This record gives sequence, structure tokens and C-alpha cells, in this order.
Amino acid sequence: MYKAVIGLEVHCELDTNSKNFSASPNTFTEIPNINVSTVDLGLPGILPYPNKEAVKKALKTAMALHCTNPDEVVFDRKNYFYPDLPKGYQITQVTKPMGINGYLDILVNGEKKRVLIHQLHLEEDTASLDHFNNYSLIDYNRSGIPLIEIVTEPCIENADQAVTFLEDLRDVFLFLGVSEARSNYGQMRCDVNISVMKDTDKELGTKVEMKNINAFTNVRAAIEYEIKRQTGLLESGGKVVQETRRIAEDGKTYSMREKVDAVDYKYFVEPNIPPVKLSDEFYQKLMEEIPELKLERYEKYINEYHLSEYDVGVLSSKKDISDYFEEVLSYGSDIELTVNFVTSAILSTIKKLEIDIKDLFITPKMLSGIVDKVKNKDISLDHGKKILYQAIEQKIDPNEIIKKQNLHQINDKDQLLNLICEVMDENKEQVRQYIEDGNTYVYNFFIGKVMQNSNRQANPNVSLEIIKEELERRKNSESK
Amino acid sequence: MIEELREKLDKDEVTSEELFNEALKKAHQYQEEYNSFVTIMDQYKIKKRADSILTGIPYALKDNFSTSGILTTASSNILKDYVPVYDATVYKKLKQSGAVLVGKTVLDELAMGGTGTTAATGIVRNPWDKERLIGGSSAGSAAAVALGIVPFAIGSDTGDSIRKPASYGGVVGYKPTYGRISRYGLFAFASSLDHVGVFTRSVRDAAIVTDIIKGQDSHDMTSLKDDNKTYLKEVDNDIKGRKLFYIKEICNLDNYKDSNDKELIETLTRFNELLDKCRDQGFIIEEVSIDKQLLEAIYPTYMTISCAEATSNNANLTGIQFGPRGQGNSIDEIIFDARTKGFSELIKRRFILGSYILQKENQEKLYLNACRIRRLIVDKITELFKEYDGMILPASGSGAPKFDDSSEKLSDRYLILENHMAIGNFGGFPSITIPYCFVNNMPVGVNITGRIMEDDVVLNIANKIEELTGLKGIKAGDMHV
Repeated sequence: MYKAVIGLEVHCELDTNSKNFSASPNTFTEIPNINVSTVDLGLPGILPYPNKEAVKKALKTAMALHCTNPDEVVFDRKNYFYPDLPKGYQITQVTKPMGINGYLDILVNGEKKRVLIHQLHLEEDTASLDHFNNYSLIDYNRSGIPLIEIVTEPCIENADQAVTFLEDLRDVFLFLGVSEARSNYGQMRCDVNISVMKDTDKELGTKVEMKNINAFTNVRAAIEYEIKRQTGLLESGGKVVQETRRIAEDGKTYSMREKVDAVDYKYFVEPNIPPVKLSDEFYQKLMEEIPELKLERYEKYINEYHLSEYDVGVLSSKKDISDYFEEVLSYGSDIELTVNFVTSAILSTIKKLEIDIKDLFITPKMLSGIVDKVKNKDISLDHGKKILYQAIEQKIDPNEIIKKQNLHQINDKDQLLNLICEVMDENKEQVRQYIEDGNTYVYNFFIGKVMQNSNRQANPNVSLEIIKEELERRKNSESK
Repeated sequence: MIEELREKLDKDEVTSEELFNEALKKAHQYQEEYNSFVTIMDQYKIKKRADSILTGIPYALKDNFSTSGILTTASSNILKDYVPVYDATVYKKLKQSGAVLVGKTVLDELAMGGTGTTAATGIVRNPWDKERLIGGSSAGSAAAVALGIVPFAIGSDTGDSIRKPASYGGVVGYKPTYGRISRYGLFAFASSLDHVGVFTRSVRDAAIVTDIIKGQDSHDMTSLKDDNKTYLKEVDNDIKGRKLFYIKEICNLDNYKDSNDKELIETLTRFNELLDKCRDQGFIIEEVSIDKQLLEAIYPTYMTISCAEATSNNANLTGIQFGPRGQGNSIDEIIFDARTKGFSELIKRRFILGSYILQKENQEKLYLNACRIRRLIVDKITELFKEYDGMILPASGSGAPKFDDSSEKLSDRYLILENHMAIGNFGGFPSITIPYCFVNNMPVGVNITGRIMEDDVVLNIANKIEELTGLKGIKAGDMHV
């Protein structure tokens, strides 16, 4: 039997106002070469000035991935010539990366898998190149955008694990708010290193490298194809060549170039950025800014809140929704009712309106008010939702609506009895049918009337009980 | 000198435009003979409403400072048509102050070299003797001040690129503490050693210009928080009790017993005479001994670190973004061709050295060891600075050499005496050279290096010593009238 050994190198552009070492804006644009400064062009005499926000976001990501962080920020130069690298070197990190020896736990088909992180470092993106028949164009918009690179240990065994890891890693970025991680904009890119070996082998097989795969579906296709290809080669007595391959649109991988001797990047410490010490207080503060991540929330919803698999999926998949849900709970509202409101009325509304939950008129505080009233049987669930929709439509605080329309549920038994007697006095025929023919269908008739007359405020369950009692009382008193 | 010109301007005895035109006239007059400039300005340009001590004063700028709209070549063919789109911080500050740019001065190609003979536009000659070199790399700036074309010029100093030509040119050359003046816009040679500095004809003038161009810069993370001192106000402070040391292995005549180098012997004899005069004025000056091996390591350490950084710093010169585009069928060929044609052999030699030094298999032995030795040297000097306010040494072992001089590069004289000023770059120490004597009719400078951050103290000491030399304000230009 053969098994695959896979390591991933994930690049993700950080979401910051400006670039990593210059003041140019860090925004995505289709117009080439407008987010460009002298620094991004590598003009003679320029100096890098590090972006504090990028440093913080990289450190935060490393912390969320349980990495060991450095005692100071140090950058290094990676030297090589390529037209997308205007300075002739890339500022990156080798000496003291933002994080080393971390991990991310993922759930693959219900099983927990720990993916080990070798290191996470902060660097600058290169310019982007567009190649044409006999010329190429350079777009420097991307030049200098802050980029984190996350290198896993070769501990991934199959495409499922790889893709789940990428998805979950993207969620980490999103939950931390460090990147939008949109792979269609090339904000998140992945290099795959893959080799195949016999179960019994002690040494890793020959490694094949696939660079810059944007879409996760392509990562899956590339890995599945390579496992088949390499296994096939080995089974037929062939040899895997160490090389760089690319994935094509047909889902197959093709050789780009054979690996010659590894390039010597002649790393050395960037002299223009003096090392900056990081204090324990600084790290403490950063730690406080790190929210609970998806898996932690997932486990909490299952183990502590005892929610259904479906509800957990819906509520933990997106940070803004999960935050909203948890904020409602933080006011002490009932979990089950809150889940009911959020997963139905709230989510369907934001979907219908095509807005983010943070832009919804109903704040978690408002929703908590409604949930509490339903819980206390001040209003019915049915009413609660109606009020919610009305509030969204009219942009009025739902608690105001409840007050104004006097929509509190009538739970008071005497009040309900009065209502019920009125209805029965008006509908003697139905009372007679019960007394003489024993027709119980009249229950629903009276409930309907009571609800109608009470402007739907009567508590239907309590009303039903009273209706039954009152009909029985009238029957008994008649027979006497 | 600046203060005299300031007074004349303030009394309306001369206008700044007249000063500019006079400077221009001299610049053109001396250009063919001495070759100080790559570019001589043709238009008088001054910032309106500027009001500083430098307003209206003409100056020259080394051609490795980025000047928006003005050709900046770094004296290299690969930048021969390069017109920058942004201003170096130093240039911006001088513009703001109302100083008037006269021209961009010649340097050793890309500031690498100490002779002033390797510029793409030809050699720079010594104003005191045309058969001699002026030294480099800030050759044109030194010559322009020595000739009296401008009262001050801006240079850069990576090993001794201001302070050595200052010695050969009989002018003051000052490189403040690393970070005191922003490097933004200075074409990088070796970033950890590069300093911006000034040429003037008096220590007071050096203080005046430094006061204008120093300060923290949001473009340069290595720039220091401003010390909020006006150096000009500190230059006349009392120096009584200030302690200086000189290094026995460099200055003691016994080291050179077997030498028949008369100029060297005279230089050192005159140096000792100067020390005696200093003592008379209240300085305490003592001899210290430093391990000769450490001193001999200065030059190779400097070459190792500077070549390594230079090869990376100049990797932007590919002809892709700017500069003459190379020919070829692949991107590698195009870059290869541009760099082959764009650099002189000397530069390529340094790049190859630098690349070799940084290679994985050599880095530990060459680059990282050089960094360690640099640290050892700096630690040693810093330790001495606990007791002493400064170090005083001859800036060179003679006046400027002749062009055909082939000195023995590994002799004691060359290896230690001619290279010790790189200590100032290793540690970022403030360091100044002022003329102190003439040997064989050529000026020789004395160098004073002080504690990091204490620019005011170094200028103060130098100003007091300048009073003892009787050579304040000399210029070679007087000889040509």
C-alpha cells in the first residue's frame, strides 16, 4: 500500500490600510499601477517603513495557530532577480518568524486532525505579471502588499484533509479579521508539496511541488491526480522526478520544470529595519484581541448549549452571525428560543435583504428583549416573530411596538374566562352542540373566536384549558 | 564661509542670486580641470519665504541623492539618464531652508571607491595639485568646497567617503551619528554603514548645516529622535578636562622605524605637535593600545560587510523598471546584459565578492564573522569611550597621493592608518575630519570621533582644535585666482 505525504505553503494577503513597507493603499483594484509609490517601485534611495498593523495581524494569526512568537520583530532579505521583484530582493522573515511550531485542529469527516504548523512569517507580495505572446506587463499594485506565509509540516495525508485545513485556515483569517482571504482575488494562494511512499518505508518519497493554486477545488484535484499519478508510477516500477508541476483546466497536472539545484537566496538581516522588542504586555494585549475561533465555538455549542448539528453548523460558520447569537445570549436570553429566532427570522431576513447581520436594524439587545418576552409568555412566539418583521420593516424598536399595540399575551385566567364566557354567550348553538351531542370540535371554534376577539393576545394553551372547563361547567349546571 | 555670506546677504551687500551666479561661474570655470560636477544647474531656484541661516546660500549635492526632476546618476552608466521622481529628505530640508542648489557632484561609481577616479564622467582632480587625486567617494563635493565654488556640499560616507576626501582636500568633513540625518533618498551602498554628512570650510559651518538637515524622518526607521540641540550653540563650550585618546598602533612613530616614508613621518610628527598644543589648551590626551589584529581586521571587515550589502542594495538596477534596457531573449539575458554594460569592472568585482560572501556555504565564515568582528571593534571603542570623550587620529598618513601612486596595500600604513575611519561607520559614531597641517604642500586632516549621539561634543572639540591649527577657512581656489 502506498500513502501520500503532503505539506502546504499558504500565502494570504493581510487586510491593512496601507502596504507592508510603504504608504500606498492596500486595496484591490482592476486598474493597473495606481496603488504605487516610489518604495513599491524599488527606486534608488527608498527605505522600507514597516506597517505596525500588518505586524500585529501576523503575530495574532500566529498566536491563534498556537505558535511560539519571537521576542522581537526582525526582517530579512531574500535576494533574487525577477521582474516582479523591483528591489531585487524581497523583505521577508527567516531569522525570527512571527510564529513557529504551532498547529490547527480541524474536523475531517467528524474526526479531529491536528495539522502542525512549521512556521508563519510576514513578507511583502511581489508585483503581478501578465504574459503575452512576445511581451509581458507588470502591475505594481500588488508589490509590497503584506503577505503572511504559513508552512505546514508534511503531515497531511489526503485531499480531504488538505482542503478542510485550507477552509478552516481561511475561517481563522476571517474570525481574526486579518484578511478577507478571497481566493478569486488571489488573496489566498497555496503551494502543495506532495510525495508518495510505501506504508512500510521510512524515508519520504520524491517531492513534487505545485505552486500558486488559488481555488481550493484545484488543490483537491491536484492532490488527487498526483496521488494517482505517483502511485501508478511507483507501482509500475517507475520513479517520481523531483519537479514543479502545474494543474491545468482538465484537472491533470503537467510538468513545468525539473528541479535543478535549490536557489541560494543569500538571506541576511534587513539593515534598514532595526529590531523592535516585543514586551509581555504587548503580547497580553494582542491575546485579548483574539476571539474564540470556529472550532472552539462549534464545540461549545454542541457540548455546552446542546444544539443540534444543523443549528451548530449555521451558527458557528460565520463569525458575525456567531457573535450576534452570543451577544443575545450574553443578555441572559433563553438559548433555545434565541437559536429559533436567529436561525429562522434573523437569517432569512438578512438573506432576503442581502445585508450583513451587523447592518440589520434589530440589534442583539432588541432581539434579546423579544426573546425574553416570549420566554416569560408576555407574547406568543408567533407574535414575537411578527413583531420582529414589523420592526425591521418600519425600523422601530420592537419593544416600542409591543408597548404601543398593547400586544402582551393575556395569561390571566380571570381575564381569559371573561373573554370566553362572552364568546360562549354569543354562540349558544356551539355550546349546545357540545352539551347535547358531545362535539369536541367546538374547542377549535371557540379558540378561534377567543383569539379573534382578543386581538390574538390570548394565550391559546391556557384558553383551551379554560374553554374545556367552562363547557363542562355549563353542561353540568344544565343537567342539574 | 556661511556666516560671512549670511552677514553680507542680511546687510544687502550681495543678493543670493549674485552668490548663485558667482558659484555657477566658478563651477564652469573649474569644471574642465577638476571635474567636480555631473550636473551644473542653469537656473536660480529658491524657495519663497524661506527664512533660515542657509537661505540664499549656494551649495552642491553629491549625485547619489534623489532630486526630483534633476538628473541623478550616482556616476554610473546604468543610471546615466535617470531622473528621479522624488526628493531625498536632505535635499527637501535644504530646499525648505532656502539653500540654493548649484550642482550635483561626481562620486566614485555608486559611492564605491575611495579615489574619485571611477566615475562614469571621469576622474576628479585635487584642487591643491592637479596631479593628485582628491579621494572619494564624495570626490566632487570635496573638490567643490576646496575650490571655493560653494561654501558647503553634501556627501555620503560609508567607510570614510567624506572624511578621507576632506583630509586630501583641506576641508572639514563631518559625518554625524548614524540616524542623525535621514538616509531617505540616498542611493544605498551599504545600509548599515551609510551616513549622510557635510563638507564645509569650518567646524562652525558644519554645525550650521547639520542643524538644518538633522532630525527624525518618518521615511527612515533608523533615523534618530531629534536631540533638540542647536550644535552651533555648543561649538564654543569649554573643553577643559575633555579626555581624548589616540591609538598607539597607528600613531607611534616607533611603528614605522624601518620606513623611509618621509611624508608619513612628517604627518605623524605634526600630529604629535598638534596633540601638545591641544594639551596646552586643557585637553587631556592619552595613548591607548589596541590589539593590532583587531585593527588589521577593520579593512577586510569593512569590505566584507559593505560588498555584501551593496550587492543586494543595487539589485534594483536591472534596466527593467528604469535605466537602459538590456538586450536578450529571456528576462535573465536582458538583466544580465543591462548590468554587464551598466557597471564598471570595479563594481562588478565588488558585486561578485558580495554575492560570494553571502552564499549559503560562505555566509557563516565570511559575512557573519565580519559582523562579529565589527561588533568586537565597536565594543572595544565603546569601552574606551567610557573613559574618553573622543578618539583623535590622523585622517591619513600623508597628503593626497598622486594618480600613479602604487602604495603597498597591505603595509601597516595602508591597512591600519588609512582605514581606521571605518570605525566611525561600524559604530555609527559621530566623526569629523579637519585640516591640521600641510605636508609637501598638501593638506592633511585630523580626525576626531566621539560617543554615539554626542554630535555636539565632537563638534565642540573639533572647533577648539580648529582654532589651534590656523587653517580655518582655507581653500585651494585662492591659489588659482
